[in-house]
Amino acid sequence: MADLKITGLHKYYGAVHAVRGIDLEIPAGEFTVLVGQSGCGKSTLLRTIAGLEDADEGTIEIGNEVVNDLAPRERDIAMVFQNYALYPYMTVYDNIAFGLRARKTPKQDIAGKIARAAEMLGIGHLLQRYPRQLSGGQLQRVAIGRAIVRNARLYLFDEPLSNLDAQLRDEMRGEIKRLHQELGKTMIYVTHDQIEAMTMADRIVLLRDGRIEQAGAPLELFEQPVTRYVAGFLGSPSMNFLDATLVAADGGLGVRLADGTVLPLPPARHAALAGYRDRPVTFGVRPDHIGRASPGDTRPGLARYSAVIELLQPTGSRTYGTFRVGSAEVVAELKAHDVSQVNERVELVIDMNRAIVIDPDSEKVL
Amino acid sequence: MSLRRRRAVKLALRYVAAVALTVFFLFPIYWLFMISFKTADEIYAYPPVWWPSSLQLDNYLVLFRDGDAKTVWNSLVVAGTSTVIAMFIGTICAYSLARFRTGGEHLANWIISQRMIPPIAVVFPIFLLYVWFGLVDTYIGLILLYTAFNLPYVIWMMRGYILDIPQALEEAALVDGYTRWQVLWKVVFPMCRAGLFATAIFTFVFAWNDFIFALVLTRTEVTTYTVQVTHYFGGQSNFWAKIAAMSVLGTLPIFIVVGFMQRYLVRGISLGAVKG
Repeated sequence: MADLKITGLHKYYGAVHAVRGIDLEIPAGEFTVLVGQSGCGKSTLLRTIAGLEDADEGTIEIGNEVVNDLAPRERDIAMVFQNYALYPYMTVYDNIAFGLRARKTPKQDIAGKIARAAEMLGIGHLLQRYPRQLSGGQLQRVAIGRAIVRNARLYLFDEPLSNLDAQLRDEMRGEIKRLHQELGKTMIYVTHDQIEAMTMADRIVLLRDGRIEQAGAPLELFEQPVTRYVAGFLGSPSMNFLDATLVAADGGLGVRLADGTVLPLPPARHAALAGYRDRPVTFGVRPDHIGRASPGDTRPGLARYSAVIELLQPTGSRTYGTFRVGSAEVVAELKAHDVSQVNERVELVIDMNRAIVIDPDSEKVL
Repeated sequence: MSLRRRRAVKLALRYVAAVALTVFFLFPIYWLFMISFKTADEIYAYPPVWWPSSLQLDNYLVLFRDGDAKTVWNSLVVAGTSTVIAMFIGTICAYSLARFRTGGEHLANWIISQRMIPPIAVVFPIFLLYVWFGLVDTYIGLILLYTAFNLPYVIWMMRGYILDIPQALEEAALVDGYTRWQVLWKVVFPMCRAGLFATAIFTFVFAWNDFIFALVLTRTEVTTYTVQVTHYFGGQSNFWAKIAAMSVLGTLPIFIVVGFMQRYLVRGISLGAVKG
């Protein structure tokens, strides 16, 4: 059963067309992340689901009921806001109880629910304090507590971690995911951070300019992006894109790079690409699919490339090496001790099984 | 001079300046209170009597005996009621302007421009209207007028305070199960309490201090204390004792109100300074 179904949704702000035709179904119990750059419409979409914005076209169904004309309080949702949205003149306890009191929950039930939520979030000792006495991480826990005490059908998170520092963000990410596993509720989470999206989501909905660019499981989007935008958005460091030409090579097909090197493509790709022979394409390969060649490595689909590493950026476990193909810079994710000094010429292998070929006009992955 | 000495001198100079200014501004009020306790002889004595021989209350007793003191009550009724009404309507209007962009960008500016009308320009047309409607010399007449004159100010100030409230606080309440009216009561009012009090005080003081409208629109029934004071200036002589006593009666309520709400007043004024 779908807990949320959106059909043909449009939203305008004056002349700005913020949401341009969204169709989306979210099954019960799933953790869905809406991700995209700022201005892609993800927050607008979430606020429209909440009823804080009106839909200009299309329908929104929550649990098989069209809710377009229902006020936010009638939609049976709970929401966590980016800036916590806690009431400064109320204690933590009263803040969490606020939504329960609106629904005339008996006093004893309120106390029980708050005790349980507080234990889950580790904020039991803060209940009598005021928001101004709490740290950012504690504030966010309280805000989450206020949402989870409500037995809502749908839980919405609007960039809840973006005000926290990096370490706290990592910690809270895990905690929200654990909460989802314990509660089994349908959650929709908005973020611009692709790492949050990858690590937390059952399903990612990647938005661009008010439309869904691609939706699916995190690894599906990562491994089989349908457009150049998706391929470039997910992954850090991001995918390398090179101008190339699709040519015949060794009785099959290959990509000829700007410097004339031809990288043969695995036979499995030939059928889909046959029509593009002798045409310009964009060749995409992730940094972790370029590595140092080792003698005797004869796995199929590996292409060799000889490069001069111009820049080394060690991160500890990995080292990012930058080299040039023609005028374009390419980043390779090497093992820590693969290359010891810059301007060294090394033999690299590119995993062509994982590389993608993009039509430069439509930006679609072929 | 050492740094420490220089600091001490600077501090001393500041205190001297503060005391001088305070004396300068408080002296008329001191003098007013003193006159109200003096006998006729002491009022006209030369050199002036700085402190009356006895704090006798005859000047006040006369006002109460003759019923003149009722004009202070009239002022209280008129200023108090119009303040409550203006605050209620004004805050709701301000909320609408701040949150729903009612009337587009310029309605708010137009509303505050109403405040700039000089009262003297409208007082006679209003007088004619009031004669027509039978509102002259009635509580309702003055209350309506003060409410109308204070509304732009209330709307403008409260709009500023409401704009300062993070919208997410209201949205969280809406999602959590509250209606707009409940949000107004449970979120907006508590969030701008200081602003509400500060604005209410200024609104009250405006109505309390008004003279021109009260002079033209009242006769005998609802005369306010500001008008009553002028009755003691005679062609032959001025009744300084009554003038002073009546002025003290008229000043006391303001002292009391401000005394109780000083905390909110200071906070409200500094809050409004940002956006008001």
